[in-house]
Amino acid sequence: MSALTFTLKHKPAQRVDMSPLVCNLLTGMALADINAITLQSGKCKLRVDELFTLEGADTQNIVIKNSLDNLDFIGKDLEGGSISVVGDAGAYLAFGMNAGEIKVSGNVGLYAACEMKKGYLEVSGNAGDFLGAALPGNKMGMKGGTILIKGNVGERVGDHMRRGNILIEGNAGDYCGSRMTAGTIAVMGQTGRHLGYAMRRGTLLFWNQPKLSASFNDCGAHTLAFLPILFASFKSLNSRFADASIAFNRVQRYSGDMSEMGRGEVLVKL
Amino acid sequence: MIINGVSIDATFAEAFPMKATRAIITAQNEKWALISAQAMTGFATSVIACGCEGSIERILDPSETPDGRPGVSIMIFAMGGKGLAKQLETRAGQCVLTSPTAALFAGIDGGIRIPLGKNLRYFGDGFQVSKQISGKRYWRIPVMDGEFLAEATTGQVDAIGGGNFLVLAESQPQALEACEAAIEEMRKIPNVIMPFPGGVVRSGSKVGSKYKTLGASTNDAFCPTLKGMTKTALSPEIESVMEIVIDGLTKEHIEKAMRVGMQAVCDLGAKNGIKRISAGNYGGKLGPFHFHLQEIMA
Repeated sequence: MSALTFTLKHKPAQRVDMSPLVCNLLTGMALADINAITLQSGKCKLRVDELFTLEGADTQNIVIKNSLDNLDFIGKDLEGGSISVVGDAGAYLAFGMNAGEIKVSGNVGLYAACEMKKGYLEVSGNAGDFLGAALPGNKMGMKGGTILIKGNVGERVGDHMRRGNILIEGNAGDYCGSRMTAGTIAVMGQTGRHLGYAMRRGTLLFWNQPKLSASFNDCGAHTLAFLPILFASFKSLNSRFADASIAFNRVQRYSGDMSEMGRGEVLVKL
Repeated sequence: MIINGVSIDATFAEAFPMKATRAIITAQNEKWALISAQAMTGFATSVIACGCEGSIERILDPSETPDGRPGVSIMIFAMGGKGLAKQLETRAGQCVLTSPTAALFAGIDGGIRIPLGKNLRYFGDGFQVSKQISGKRYWRIPVMDGEFLAEATTGQVDAIGGGNFLVLAESQPQALEACEAAIEEMRKIPNVIMPFPGGVVRSGSKVGSKYKTLGASTNDAFCPTLKGMTKTALSPEIESVMEIVIDGLTKEHIEKAMRVGMQAVCDLGAKNGIKRISAGNYGGKLGPFHFHLQEIMA
């Protein structure tokens, strides 16, 4: 059975809410029924077949072709299966995702993997601000799963993050890991200002020495036994993180944010 | 049945259902992994007084351990799940947490989950760190040599304890030599342990005693010095009897271990003073697992 493929016909005039087009909501539906689904776009409701050409039948394996950055909520509350986005994705990609896999070949917008619970998100390009964060006003961001970003990410990555892994091959913007409760964020590139701002617990793992605020204290150089296990868990990823030569277990450990609970840590490769 | 001049008794070993678990101890080198493992499985020869039976299962290559360091696999058996969990936690806390450079991991992924580092984390006094990696939770507990890393839980599974056979020889050195040969082969079998010192027990017991407070006492029928004083099971030329007790995860693994062990004893044969192989049982009324020696060696 070939993948259910949505090919975008033209750029929508307004942003489009793609949340009805997830594997668990399409299970058992005929193509005609899927074509008749209406998607919110600005003030309008558009039928799927007004925007997309449909092919294939496997609702557990969805492909969105010619995707653009104004397609929001792709993979919202995904319960399983896989979604492959060819092109860019808009805001709120993988919002509240519960299980399954989403891969994007281009860039993604704001709040990707916002409040994600489980599953795997891979982005070949860049991600916007608030990756893996909580919605404004909410206290719990990403609660599990793994996010892999091959490019750079914006500000506030992992804001209020509670569990899971965010792996960034490129650079991260300001306030990386802000208000983090737990989990791991690893950044191979450079990081911005106010790293770990108000973080309570959790691990920020870096290959390059970041500029730390005064509320992070140096705990010295250490060899940590959990790091080889953490790196081994990345082996199956299609990423530089899977490369054994980038792994390390010798780190400089900083604890913080001391203006908050102070149980968080910044680990920098030595 | 006679193999190489060694008579195999038409009897059986009687074994009991137990609960078992496995843990993996790693350290900076094999020496310290072994020290920790030996401490954790020390005083764990018999459930009669130790609360559990435990031993080193095998030494692990760094490629087989979760953190890529040299390691040792240990197994612990107890009569019930509650007792097993208590023994595991106490021993882990006193023998592995305390052991320089040691880390502790689950050795069984399935089964009922019982605490390994889950409660030891409180030793960290609030400074402990949890990490969930590939669905498994680990605790990083700050200690004076760095960090003690322990997986939160390990698996408890149904198992069998009390498989055994007796080696009857013309002299004490010959009995011991035969048992050592047997243990060397039996240690190559996975999923079994021989919990007694060096794998060999010289004080096999019977149920009951003339003293009311004792539940078990010396197996006088197999004591060579009592040949003229009791209803002996020994012929005049037998001067020494030693026993090998086997606990295992399945009947098949215990049978396999018994087979290779008895074969090693038989290979030494009558010319080295080995006369008989027998087994301990309680008439078949107490334990549901019966290991018939002749069937195993057939």
